[in-house]
Amino acid sequence: MTAGEPGVKGTEVGTPGGAPAPGAPATATPGVGGRPEGIPTRGAPGSVMVKLVRFEGPLDLLLHLIKRDEIDIYDIPIAHITQQYLTYIELMRSLDLEVAGEFLVMAATLMRIKAKMLLPLPSVGEEEEEGDPREELVQRLIEYRQFKEAAGTLKSREEERRLLFERGMLPGADEAGPLPLAPATLFDLLDALNRVMLRIPEHTVYDVRTETYDVEEKMSLIARTVAERGAVSFTTLMQECRARAEVIVTFIALLELVKLGQVGVTQAEPFGDIQIVARTREGSGTDAPVESPGGA
Amino acid sequence: MPPSNLQAALEALLFSSDQPLTLTLLAESLDAPPERVAEALVALETAYAARGAGVQLREIAGGHLLVTSPEHSEWVGRLLRGRKKMRLSRPALETMAIVAYKQPVTKAEIESIRGVDSSAVLGTLLERSLVTIRGRSKVVGRPLLYGTTQEFLDYFGLRELAELPRPEELRALVAAREPEQLDMMELEAPADAVANSVFSELEVVAMVGSDLPASTDQPHEVEPLSPGELDEALDQEVAEKGRTSRDRPRD
Repeated sequence: MTAGEPGVKGTEVGTPGGAPAPGAPATATPGVGGRPEGIPTRGAPGSVMVKLVRFEGPLDLLLHLIKRDEIDIYDIPIAHITQQYLTYIELMRSLDLEVAGEFLVMAATLMRIKAKMLLPLPSVGEEEEEGDPREELVQRLIEYRQFKEAAGTLKSREEERRLLFERGMLPGADEAGPLPLAPATLFDLLDALNRVMLRIPEHTVYDVRTETYDVEEKMSLIARTVAERGAVSFTTLMQECRARAEVIVTFIALLELVKLGQVGVTQAEPFGDIQIVARTREGSGTDAPVESPGGA
Repeated sequence: MPPSNLQAALEALLFSSDQPLTLTLLAESLDAPPERVAEALVALETAYAARGAGVQLREIAGGHLLVTSPEHSEWVGRLLRGRKKMRLSRPALETMAIVAYKQPVTKAEIESIRGVDSSAVLGTLLERSLVTIRGRSKVVGRPLLYGTTQEFLDYFGLRELAELPRPEELRALVAAREPEQLDMMELEAPADAVANSVFSELEVVAMVGSDLPASTDQPHEVEPLSPGELDEALDQEVAEKGRTSRDRPRD
């Protein structure tokens, strides 16, 4: 049982020179009770691999150290345990593990106890107890250990209980896939339709869409209008536009027509309304395709 | 008028239920005296065992429950696939144990025993209904008091709280384990290991069992909460859980 102990202590600090821990990290040291803690294992040369057990808290760590070093819990060599404890904390730090505050509080407690033990007997009567400064810590450790044991009991009960299944643990309706289909009659369908129809008029649905305007379309529209009526005023043309974009597109279309020489623009007086008039030699009212200029 | 075949009728009732049924309830439903129902229960249990049935009768959480036999758990487990319950984590089990033994107990007391913050893990246990709020202590600050639930008994397959090992038995278990340097939480087959270690080390038990932490703390005076207060407190405690991610139960 104790065989591996000294070696383990050495290795825990993370010095690769300690115990020869060849190969697998977990199996290497039977001395630690099957629970590899802080055992550095040589992976590649020059690199040290450390496997750390996660301790639930400072008490857990202390209990572990006590067990590992086969320490009598009622007579803890406080200097030794403090050193081991601090070594462990140091190891955690060097591995960039976050050391929880509770661990540091315990470190302080240990050092306080250590200091007290070093002091001559007439103790400074600040503590409630005059006795062994370790007393309180020992009590806590014992109590904690007891609850760890209780947790172990619960764990085995949990395992046992998990093997027993009561009724109703089968996958529920939602998980068991679709339910068998019930036949539906035509009347069921009609009812369903009716329900839907009743619901629908309650909502008025507004459908908003953006209109797109096309210059070529506008061009042919203007050309047709002008061809039909002989002339159209600029104001009338623009009055039909519903959006600024449409105004712009219409205007571009007009400019294009003027440039192509299909329509002409006249103005009777300064600031007066602009008239758009046909420029083609004869009106040819049937179709005035703008796309093919001139209709010739 | 009790049924002509009491045992068969009893079996029917048990089969129909997914919850443990108390003797009182069974007797009431069967219109039979509890003693006769109790006899029938034993007879039924024996009959199942005698023919190696796939089901068993168990006493769980103060009632009687028909469950599948453990030796068929593998097959039932396959049928249920992913629906198996999660296991409790080590911190959760520790906390659970403290609540079970110390109830009604405050969070501060739990934390002082464990030496670490236990809000998150307590929140998890509350959420899973393994622990509940019993009320408030009358000590300064009126802290919340926690205790175990029926679900707790069911989850751990306990008939009653008293079925847990008594504190002195726990100490015995600790003592028995010491020389073996076993880590109890890592055991593959906890039940067997516990049993073996106890019975092989009885002398050690006798020796070490004497000096124990004297339980000096006096029980809390409990001030019950109104349903509204309870809901609020529960919500708050469960919400607390989210703050730290450690101490979560894992599978």
